Amino acid sequence: MDTVIKAAMSGTIISNQKVHPERVPILPLDLKYLNYIRANTSAINRRTDTLTKRRTVKKEWQAAWLLKAITLIDLTTLSGDDTPGNVERLCAKAINPVRPDLLEAMGMANKNIHTGAVCVYHNLIETASRCLSGTNIPIAAVSTGFPAGQIPIEQKLEEIERSVKAGAKEIDIVVSRANVLRCDWKALYDELVLFRKACGDAHMKTILATGDLVTLERVARASYVAMLAGSDFIKTSTGKETVNATLPVSLVMIRAIRDFHEETGYKVGFKPAGGIQKAKQSLDWLILMKEELGREWLEPELFRFGASSLLADIERQLEHYVTGRYSADYRHPMA
Amino acid sequence: MEISKIFETMEYGPAPESRSIANEWLKKQSRFGLFIDGKWHKPQSGEYFDSSSPSNFEVIASLAEAGSKDVDKAVAAAKKALPVWSKASPHTRARYLYAIARHIQKHARLFSVLESLDNGKPIRESRDIDIPLVARHFYHHAGWAQLRNTELAGYEEIGVIGQIIPWNFPLLMLSWKIAPALAMGNTVVLKPAEFTSLTALLFAEICEQVGLPAGVVNVVTGHGATGAHLVSHPDVDKIAFTGSTEVGRIIRRATAGSGKKISLELGGKSPFIVFEDADLDSVVEGLVDAIWFNQGQVCCAGSRLLVQESVADRLFKKIRNRMETLRVGDSLDKAIDIGAVVDPIQLKTITDLVQKGVDEGATLWQPSWPCPTDGCYFPPSLFTNVSPSHTVAREEIFGPVLVAMTFRTHPEAVKLANNTRYGLAASIWTENINLALDIAPKVKAGTVWINCSNVFDAASGFGGYRESGFGREGGKEGLYEYVKPSVEKKFSDKPLSDKKTTATNGAVSKPTLVPEIDRTLKLYIGGKQARPDGGYSLVVKGPNGKQIAEVADGNRKDIRNAVEAAHAAASWTALSGHARAQVLFYMAENLSLRRDEFATRLAHATGIAQKEALKEVDLSIERIYFYASYADKYDGNVHNTISGNITLAMPEAIGVIGIVCPEESPLLGFISCLLPVIAMGNRAIIIPSESMPLPATDIYQILETSDVPGGVVNIITGKKDTLLKVIAEHDDVDGIWYFDKKEGSKTIEFAAAENMKRTWVNYGKYRNWQDPQQGEGEEFLRHATQIKNIWVPYGA
Repeated sequence: MDTVIKAAMSGTIISNQKVHPERVPILPLDLKYLNYIRANTSAINRRTDTLTKRRTVKKEWQAAWLLKAITLIDLTTLSGDDTPGNVERLCAKAINPVRPDLLEAMGMANKNIHTGAVCVYHNLIETASRCLSGTNIPIAAVSTGFPAGQIPIEQKLEEIERSVKAGAKEIDIVVSRANVLRCDWKALYDELVLFRKACGDAHMKTILATGDLVTLERVARASYVAMLAGSDFIKTSTGKETVNATLPVSLVMIRAIRDFHEETGYKVGFKPAGGIQKAKQSLDWLILMKEELGREWLEPELFRFGASSLLADIERQLEHYVTGRYSADYRHPMA
Repeated sequence: MEISKIFETMEYGPAPESRSIANEWLKKQSRFGLFIDGKWHKPQSGEYFDSSSPSNFEVIASLAEAGSKDVDKAVAAAKKALPVWSKASPHTRARYLYAIARHIQKHARLFSVLESLDNGKPIRESRDIDIPLVARHFYHHAGWAQLRNTELAGYEEIGVIGQIIPWNFPLLMLSWKIAPALAMGNTVVLKPAEFTSLTALLFAEICEQVGLPAGVVNVVTGHGATGAHLVSHPDVDKIAFTGSTEVGRIIRRATAGSGKKISLELGGKSPFIVFEDADLDSVVEGLVDAIWFNQGQVCCAGSRLLVQESVADRLFKKIRNRMETLRVGDSLDKAIDIGAVVDPIQLKTITDLVQKGVDEGATLWQPSWPCPTDGCYFPPSLFTNVSPSHTVAREEIFGPVLVAMTFRTHPEAVKLANNTRYGLAASIWTENINLALDIAPKVKAGTVWINCSNVFDAASGFGGYRESGFGREGGKEGLYEYVKPSVEKKFSDKPLSDKKTTATNGAVSKPTLVPEIDRTLKLYIGGKQARPDGGYSLVVKGPNGKQIAEVADGNRKDIRNAVEAAHAAASWTALSGHARAQVLFYMAENLSLRRDEFATRLAHATGIAQKEALKEVDLSIERIYFYASYADKYDGNVHNTISGNITLAMPEAIGVIGIVCPEESPLLGFISCLLPVIAMGNRAIIIPSESMPLPATDIYQILETSDVPGGVVNIITGKKDTLLKVIAEHDDVDGIWYFDKKEGSKTIEFAAAENMKRTWVNYGKYRNWQDPQQGEGEEFLRHATQIKNIWVPYGA
């Protein structure tokens, strides 16, 4: 019996004929992909409701996963009152996100744990660049009239170019929502292609502002067009919409990434942003990524959290793991 | 493990649910007793058996084997408790059920840990699905208990209910059985499955804790013999069973003719239909819920995947990818998807059937990871290249094995879906609501889930079509399994005589030289008058014993032809209620035009007074009106189940129904049986009164002039006892009604077990057809329909 079953099961594992380790290029806009896309809201909600109850990590697994989450954070400040002063603090925290004694206790002292990036407005790139010199932490800059994107295209392109020149390695651009809401996929694609070209070697992270798009099927289609236009990452939100990263919307985007990968062989990254504040939430997203996309998507090359207060909660949980006592936030250096 | 290693691999670790409280509870009793009359008893046989966990074969409890004497004692206790419990006020019963619901919530985690330990199901499922549904079921039925006299006026409790439940959802099935039974005022003897009795025993403790009167609930543990004693016990008024079709059939035969009510929830091979415009990623998760829920040991598991050819390869690829990420393991690990199969016996059944699938040439695919071997584990499995003739496409595997086939068009999907003896559930996936709601009524299944699978709620009825059994559990439709119409008390042991006034009334024919034109009374099949296949006739005698006519002597081939004609008339079922009502009203109109003639002929044939005959004709006309009126009014409900979901409870026609008319009231009895059946969209094969078939043969002309489509009503005169057996044994007849003798009732119920056709027989208890309370009503409509629940989730 066993041999029969084993014989029958050997082989058939899915393999993609097309595998491209390199960065996704700009691909032609082929709308036939969009025709496949369906998104059933009730079923998607059911999947995300149950997924986080189907998987959990405890004890040292939880600690390891939370440390991983730290390395995936785009530590962010995007406020009107940002000054070089608070950006300096932020960068210091990005370099040393966890108290050394805790890392020591977890056997992770020499693992170079730092956040995935620091994310700021254009005007603060220079400060960040100075603070992060000598590290390999990239600077991400929001761009193209963030968050609403309601400025002329010329200004958007200029903003990208200036930020790249100032040292940003990642450009978080916003889509023109009107193009998605009007299903003008060609216009969406064309604008994003211009952005991508303006980015040059810097990676483009395309913010869909899903809270504005609302409909999941739109989100899926916009995700696909954004990837064809050469987005290195697709990102849920600016953090400024009323609804930001949710698990259902993330699931839809993740599945678009999976389909795109199966179709083209290119791997595109994902960045949920806005509202992810608790350690438990970060684990939910990690589980979602692992289950739907696989282990590869748990590295900063393919996954980031856009978050500002998440790190503080994770630090407290890590201290609890180490000491067995519930921790307080003042015990950890602030960003 | 070192954090730095996990940091690299990002594997999941163990996430065990604690079992310490469950262990304490198990340790309290070295041996469990039987819960009878509110107390714990040792089995009279002194025999015990082990209950073990399928996750690791650890023996976790020693259970009492109830013998026939124990069962007798339990039934006696239930019988003794019945007067008090059934006379208690609805509010009193509601309070007890509410207390049970609350206690289950208070001990929810203990229940779920015990359930997972005992059954092998993942703790996630017992914790998030089974036990919450149990509490919900008792809450919901606490409500029904309160509302019983309001919502079910005219009904009363059945009495002592014997309940036999399966091992796949031990406590949930207990709640589906006990909650409605108690709410309606019955008392219960419950036998849990021998593999999984623990939560039933904990439930018995809950009954003690809430102070439920002694004897209202009795729990007897044991094997098949214990159940058999319960089934055959003369003081048990009803058997409610969930389990295999094979055992269901045994129960049907064992109780045939006894007057015991039964409800059976049996096996399934439910289709999971995927159209090309479905959200395929969601389909995959739907399949996980459908076939990899509870190790596939779910009677309504979506085990037959039917996918449109245009998307089949894409879907299969997605399914295989998803199967790679399923996790199999210890039931108390919080991060697994699939636990252990309940017992090595079941594991062997699954293994053998899978081997058979391979031998018959289907392509088996299983994930690349190794399945644990330290317990009863079987990996999730997918068969492709399957055709309907393969064993794995027909037999219920009751394991984590999905069998996939493809279809080209919508009609082909329906045909494949219905190409099974079963009819428990179906799942339909499409983003087109127009398509979904077209397919849902065409699939023979008691539950249809659109874009979801294995969703349950106490407010929705659950139960099967065809060999998946009959009766519903949950919702208002489920309550009728635990009540009987109070009017049954009025039924008599002898048929109401037709008061044959001895003399001269009708039987005198005027002497004349010119004879009446000889009439040839044929059969009525497919809208045409047809000569009987056998070419024989039967003599019909008048009141004075003299021959007054000859009718066709129908035989089995005539029944066969009638059934085929009835199937060909399927468009009758698809008509709107209004369209059917028009035809039926027209029947009444045409009968009323010939009122006096019908009455005269009735009087002549039966010897009743003209006045009486006129009354019977008038009542018949009114009865036609009654059911014509209901044709577009006996509609369903929108059940109040889970949020974000519309649950449509639609009464559907049973299909082709055989009717054996009463001997008495030859016109009114005929009309009273026929009309509810056809008003609800069924097609009928009706056998009129054997001693007086003439009013039925007179109806031919009424049918012909009233636009009743051919095949909707087929009338076969002849010898009842011969004909009823042919109908009862006909596998393409979906239901049979019988209003005559006790023996005939038994013959029908026994023969019907083969294809599980719905039966409604009178066990030799006779109605007065002239009394509207007895001769017409909702009860007739209920028996002419079955409820299909269609779940339609919504979300923008």
